[in-house]
Parts: sequence; C-alpha cells; structure tokens
Amino acid sequence: MSKGLKLSTLIVGDAQADRVVPPTGFTARLTLFAAGAMAFLTVFALALSLASGRLATRWGEELAQSSTLRISAPAEQMAAQTAAALTVLESTPGIATARALSVDEQRRLLVPWFGPDLPLDSLPVPQLIEIVETEGGYDGAGLRLRLQAEVPGAVLDDHTRWRRPLERAAGRLRLLGWVSIGLIGAATAAMITLAANAALAANSQVISVLRLIGARDSYIARAFVRRFTLRALLGAAVGTALGALSVFLLPATQESGGFLTGLGFHGLGWALLTLIPVLAAVVAYVATGAAARRTLGELT
Amino acid sequence: MIELDNIAYSYGGGELLSEVSLKLAPGSFHFLTGPSGSGKTTFLKLCYGALSPTAGQVQLFGKDVREMDREDHAMTRRQIGVVHQDCQFLDHLSVRENVALPLTVSARDSLEQHSNLKELLTWVGLGHRASALPPELSGGERQRAALARAVIMSPDVVLADEPTGNVDWEMSQRLLQLLVELNKMGKTILIATHDLNLIRSAKHHVQARVLRISGRKLQLAGADL
Repeated sequence: MSKGLKLSTLIVGDAQADRVVPPTGFTARLTLFAAGAMAFLTVFALALSLASGRLATRWGEELAQSSTLRISAPAEQMAAQTAAALTVLESTPGIATARALSVDEQRRLLVPWFGPDLPLDSLPVPQLIEIVETEGGYDGAGLRLRLQAEVPGAVLDDHTRWRRPLERAAGRLRLLGWVSIGLIGAATAAMITLAANAALAANSQVISVLRLIGARDSYIARAFVRRFTLRALLGAAVGTALGALSVFLLPATQESGGFLTGLGFHGLGWALLTLIPVLAAVVAYVATGAAARRTLGELT
Repeated sequence: MIELDNIAYSYGGGELLSEVSLKLAPGSFHFLTGPSGSGKTTFLKLCYGALSPTAGQVQLFGKDVREMDREDHAMTRRQIGVVHQDCQFLDHLSVRENVALPLTVSARDSLEQHSNLKELLTWVGLGHRASALPPELSGGERQRAALARAVIMSPDVVLADEPTGNVDWEMSQRLLQLLVELNKMGKTILIATHDLNLIRSAKHHVQARVLRISGRKLQLAGADL
C-alpha cells in the first residue's frame, strides 16, 4: 500500500485512474461538508488557544515583574514609614525601581469603585508603593523580614495570590483549545472513514472488475484515497477561509473588552491557518487509506 | 500454464466439483460443457484463481494459488484474459476506456498501446462504437468488447464463460472466429458453453478438445473435434 500511495502520485494524480471510480455525489458532499465544518471550528479553537496562550503570557509577565507595598499607619507616621520603606526597597537587590503613588494616582485607582468625588484626604487610605523588579527578581521572604523590622505597617503583595489562578485558568483554556483541535481532527477522521467506507461498499462491483483485469489493491486504494484527500483539502480550505474571515471580522482588541476582543490572530498566527487544510488532507489520506486497506482485505 | 491436480470444490455444504484434474497446454483449444449449474463458471474461476479449491492443487504459471498473495493474483490476472458471461464493464466509462482498462491499471497505456487499442477495436468490429457507453451496446457488441478487453494485454490464456450466451447464431460464429484467430496466434483458449452447435461448428476451424462436467467430475466428452 505504501508503495502504491506515494505522495507525488497523490498530488500529480492520474487522470485515467481518477475516472475509474465513478463519481459518488453523497460521499463527495459529506466529505466536503465535514472537512469544511471541522476546519471552520478548528479556526476558532486555534484562535481560542492562541489567545489564551497570549493572555497567560501577558498576565504572567505583567504581574511577575511588579509588586505592591501597602503601608497602613497612623497619619502622622505615614510619611516616615513611606520614606523608610523606600529606603529599604532601594537597597534591596532585584528591585529596579520603587515609587510611592501620588494622591492623584491613588484616587484614580479608587474612582472605578467609589466614583470621582472621593474625599481621599478624609479617609484612612493606605499609601501604595509600586515596585518594579529586575529580570532576576528579589527575595520576597527576605524583604518581608526586613520590612517587618523596619516598617511595621508595611504589607508586601507580590501578586502571587492573583497570578497563579489566572495563569492556571489561561493555561487550562489553552489546553482546552488544543484538546478541541484534537477532537475535531478525530471527528473528521471518523466522518471521512464513514464516507470512504460507504464509497468503497457502493463500488464493490467496480473493485471486482478492477481485480478481474489485474489491478493491484494499491491502485484501487489510490483511486479512492486521492479523491477523498483532495475533497478534504478543498472542503477544509473553504472552511478555513470562512473561519478566518469570521475571526477577522470580530471587534478589534480593546482594553474594556478584555479577553473576548483579543480572540483574533496576530502575526504568525495567521500563517498557522494554512496548516489546517493540509492537516485535514493528511487526516483524510490516513483515514481513507486505512478504510481502503480494511475493505479490500475483506473483499474476496 | 494452468494445472488442476485432483481438485475438489465445495460450496454451501455441498460438493460441486470432485477429483478434477486438467492441464491446459500452451496453444490448446478447449470447450467446457455441461448442464446449467454443473459448475462450469466455478471451474473457470478456479482456473484463474478467483476461487481456491477445497482440496487438491491449482497451479497458475507454476505457482500454487493457495500460496499466492494479492500481488501475485494481480500479476496472474494480467496473463489470463477472462470474458465473463455478464461482461462486467464499468458503465460510466466508454467502450474505449473499458477495453483499455487493463493497460491503465498496469500503467502500460502508452501511445503505442493506444494505437494497438484502435486496431483491436477494429478487429472486434467496434471501431465505430469506441465512444459509446456499455449500456448502449447490444449483446453481441458487449461480448466483443469484453473479448477485446480480455486480450488487450496479450495474455497467454483466454477463458470465456458462455461468450455466445446472449447473441444470435451469426454473432456467435463471429465471436468463435475471433477466438479461433487468437488460438492461431498461440493463445490457449478455454470456452465454457452449453451451446453444442457452437462446438460442432468449431470443428471446421480448429482442433479442440471438449470437456464435460457431469456428476461433479470432469470428463473428456469425445474425440478431438
């Protein structure tokens, strides 16, 4: 079989051999539709997977390189503790910058929750210090011990609490996307196998005639495999194009839209789409080849 | 070439053929006769390896059919031309394409072979029907097309199963003439038929042996014709 189903032969084809198997409308339509629909779904699964991957990376990078120090102290000690904290931070290896947020900046952070007319001066709002780490990061446990000793009102938040579940969720989402692509591939293989089996069964008389005149099983199989592979390639190409167009027409990435508006493809992501029809053709090639081998083996 | 050694064939619990032996010598001409259901078609299928005997040994070109794989069978079928009673065409292909099928499947459909194809179709009187589809042919035309397909690979042996079963006397004589011509070219011919008139008329053209299947056994029906 492998000898007979060379890739070059598959691509170049044999016009006369192609005509040996009569055209079968039902299986042709089923294969085209199945490959097209599955490719369309694969585009979205791929978009989901790539977007969740990007999200996980972004969250990881953004949160991993920043920390917040919160100082809760009586009003008269706030300035002294802030200054002490900044001194500690500036002398801590692994910290690139440390900066106390201004009153306006803290107000802006609270506006989404309390509205624009927040009387910040009359509220016991803690002072926030934004810490940006170097690439190597700092020793969190060591810094906490130093702060405990020198700035009693300081609480260090290295965002681990938030980062881990978010990264985990994004990772799971990405995995889900790849699992979906795998399932779509398996479902495509199953449907094309069914269509190929139907075509082989419907053409048992043709197979019998071909064997009578000395056709090798590889020749007979190739006639079916090439047809189904090309159908899957065509169907998947159309499905991929429609899926890509749908993703392209999604709203552009916006901060307020968050994850949902970031579902599109970027850069090399678009190039990955060209692999979908090729993979669909490979799946059809393998599935039809297996179906043909099995059926021809069973036919006497 | 084709050798059956004390074979038996059982089907559906009953024995159809028993203690059958035959050796087809190169260039020989045989008729196989017997009543309907006696096993003539089964015998022919055993002769080209479509069936395996339940006992005994069938050798095709020196190979035991039981030891032949599918590749061997495919190669053997290219050396044995078979004319089926129902012709077995691919109805969506033209007469020319059907006759050329053995060349196509063996990747021998060169320009030269196509030239031979034209000559062959003219020889069987179907030059003007080359583009027709099999369902458009008459019974005689179908049989001649089947014969053309059987010989296009220039096989050593031609097996014909009731080749004149669906044609009138004149056409059966025409087909017989074609088979006799093939025999004169050195081909081994075995024709299964229940038409005794066809066998009688053959004696004017060829030296043939007549075999008869009777009571599951193969017998020589008479002296050489």
